[in-house]
Amino acid sequence: MDTFAALAHGMAVAVQPMNLLYALIGVFLGTAVGVLPGIGPALTVALLLPVTYKLDPGGSLIMFAGIYYGGMYGGSTTAILINTPGESASMATALEGNKMAKAGRGGPALATSAIGSFVAGTIATIGLAFLAPWLVDFAVRFGPEDYFALMCVAFVTVSATFGDSPIRGLTSLFIGLTLGLVGIDKLTGQARLAFGVPELLDGVEVTTLAVGLFAVGEALYVASRRHHTEEKLEPVRGSLWMTREDWKRSWKPWLRGTLFGFPIGALPAGGAEIPTFLSYSTEKRLTKHPEEFGKGAIEGVAGPEAANNASAAGTLVPLLTLGLPTSATAAMMLAGFQQYGLNPGPLLFAERPDLVWGLIASLFIANCMLLVLNLPLVGLWVRLLAIPQPWLYAGILVFATMGTIAAKPSVVELSMLAGFGVLGFLMRRFDFPIAPVVVGLILGPIAESQLRRALAISLGDPMTLLQSPISATLLGIALIALLAPFVLKGMGRFKANED
Amino acid sequence: MSSGDPVQPPQRVDRAGIAIAALLAATAAVLVWDARSLQSTSMYGMGPEAMPVVVACGLALLAIGNFIDALRGNLPARESAAPVPVVLILVGLALLIAIIGFGGGFILATSALFVTTSAAFGRRAILADSVIALVMSTLIYLAFDRLLTLSLPAGPLERLL
Repeated sequence: MDTFAALAHGMAVAVQPMNLLYALIGVFLGTAVGVLPGIGPALTVALLLPVTYKLDPGGSLIMFAGIYYGGMYGGSTTAILINTPGESASMATALEGNKMAKAGRGGPALATSAIGSFVAGTIATIGLAFLAPWLVDFAVRFGPEDYFALMCVAFVTVSATFGDSPIRGLTSLFIGLTLGLVGIDKLTGQARLAFGVPELLDGVEVTTLAVGLFAVGEALYVASRRHHTEEKLEPVRGSLWMTREDWKRSWKPWLRGTLFGFPIGALPAGGAEIPTFLSYSTEKRLTKHPEEFGKGAIEGVAGPEAANNASAAGTLVPLLTLGLPTSATAAMMLAGFQQYGLNPGPLLFAERPDLVWGLIASLFIANCMLLVLNLPLVGLWVRLLAIPQPWLYAGILVFATMGTIAAKPSVVELSMLAGFGVLGFLMRRFDFPIAPVVVGLILGPIAESQLRRALAISLGDPMTLLQSPISATLLGIALIALLAPFVLKGMGRFKANED
Repeated sequence: MSSGDPVQPPQRVDRAGIAIAALLAATAAVLVWDARSLQSTSMYGMGPEAMPVVVACGLALLAIGNFIDALRGNLPARESAAPVPVVLILVGLALLIAIIGFGGGFILATSALFVTTSAAFGRRAILADSVIALVMSTLIYLAFDRLLTLSLPAGPLERLL
């Protein structure tokens, strides 16, 4: 019953005219930026952070909700029409969606992805609204050692478990942890890794890192291999609307995709890749039209797209209730909270229920707006896609640097941005995942302060980490998740030897 | 892919992978060097120097892991990369930083970046791009500085507006 009251209250906050306007601007900007090729939702949020600097926290977070869902939607439009998924979560969508567009069925592909996103987003947001208070009740009992253990789980799952190579994922994570050490130590006031540069005393700005890695790094990478790929924009031909047959083939994949996406997103496991590919392979197995898969099957768009959106809403569960970002996008959302000195977690639910529930309610509203806005406006988005590549990336870089220039117009900060750009380029080139760096930068300092607090309380006895049942369990999970890929790889090698 | 298979041709050592491993090891060394200058003031638990050492140990282990991967040639295949566009964009970023640093203002700085990036992506119409860049960055400046009241650095051009 509590949830309904809180949600109703949140709705009352969200439907205030100003907040509706913020949501609308957010949805519009989010889609417009997200639709640009090579820009995923995380970068969309990072690029648009400066736009929200001057708003009040409530309005800004509501705009964020719109940007988040808008960016997701824009990303799938790009995936369908030019086969350049801005992020790995749209890869499954691009697989069938681009084939559909090539076959002149771009309209229904966009429609099933929009409606599927709406269905999945709505169901998953309801899930979030009901799961969050329950998890908050659980999380208030967490001591610092439990939080530390939880961060360890997030570190491992984000970097090691689901990547191609645990070593490369962990390397990314430790680069992030190293960057997180820069600056004044909060407990003793001593400077670490600042090398006498005053600008470094405040630490590495999350937005500078994210924009450098994602935007500058991506621009450098695409420029370096321009001679390899020729992108081709598929025009949207024929009807935009789905036929009765399309509906019949879409609704079950939507629901199944949601069922994959939300729980996996809500676990501190991170990543929408697993649910989208699970959904894709499931639809491929269950379809009555197996011959169409690989040539543009609508199920292959409907399912993964729903899974993608549901897992995006799912990642908000650990983010809002525990302050735990498990994806790059969630990390950027956390940076948005921190910009106002807000720390998501059980306390935020108690202290600023208007903010949290206003945000959750805005997710519903943003979702509805997207559905209404996007199908009619698809022509506009397609025109954005047709911007010539030189201007597109030049514009992206101007916007990317503008955020830093507006926040801190210093030579040091801009040099860091350029440096992170080079880092992002090299990581892309040598196939290191990017998200663990951002997560490491954000969670590293939090994990350290929780660990130090726990050890201070226990008078320096490290056994406190194992005496709390919650912490012991979580550390066990982290250890298993860390070792599992190595063990599995070893078993794979063993098998290969046997053959 | 079993490493003990005798039929397999000897895999090439990946030089870039070795360089990555060396960089990681160097970073670990810097962390330890920096942590030595910190004083542990807390009576119980861990001081500020503990975490850098832990991270340094992790980096050192990963340096070894990356080194082994590189020796075995286990890195994923890379496509050839063109160096010129990358350098052009980096020149653009350097120009931007220099112009901001010497008080040239937002419009000139971002225009320089726009033109070099556009050239990096194969455009050769430098003059046309310069005009586009100046107009666009002036509009951005006006929108963000005046409407959203973000303070963007002003130079000679901005003072004319």
